[in-house]
Amino acid sequence: MIDFFLILGVGMCVLVLFCLYRATCGPGVLNRAAGISAIGTKTLIILLIMGVIYDRVDMFIDISMVYALLNFIGTVVLAKYIEGTGEA
Amino acid sequence: MPVKDVVTVLFMLGGFFLFATATLGLLRLPDFFTRLHATGKGDTLAALWSLVGLAVYHGFTLTSAKIVFIAVFLFLAQPTATHAISRAAFRCNVQPWTMRKGG
Repeated sequence: MIDFFLILGVGMCVLVLFCLYRATCGPGVLNRAAGISAIGTKTLIILLIMGVIYDRVDMFIDISMVYALLNFIGTVVLAKYIEGTGEA
Repeated sequence: MPVKDVVTVLFMLGGFFLFATATLGLLRLPDFFTRLHATGKGDTLAALWSLVGLAVYHGFTLTSAKIVFIAVFLFLAQPTATHAISRAAFRCNVQPWTMRKGG
């Protein structure tokens, strides 16, 4: 069962690399924000999978919870800031 | 292989498939609103399925309750963030992609 989680974690990391292309090269700041939000969601699941692999889920679950909150607040604040400047 | 592991594997593989389709949409779709449409819905359901799979794997414990809390929070927060950022794009006069403009 650990092998399954290991392979799944590696696959999720490959998906994060693909999202990183949109976050670095995407045209305009809005595409970058969308890419960063997608990376944050995937990182949350990767953290929990790492917790299962290391058998320390009780520690990793709190980090994952904080990461979900930070990802949400960061995206909303960035969207409000872009909306205030008025140019994408 | 117990039933619990089978359910976990099914949910996690479904979540991985949805993550892969959302990433494909983020890379391949033509403009900003269509990319947001792919990630906003795909990532939410994919995270929900992955979290449900992990919660089933851990059984009935405090960790499992925290995972369910993250799932509920994500199901509220992810559409809110998507709406906020798409409204910012709309107010900045980002033109939606249409068939007539080609591409």
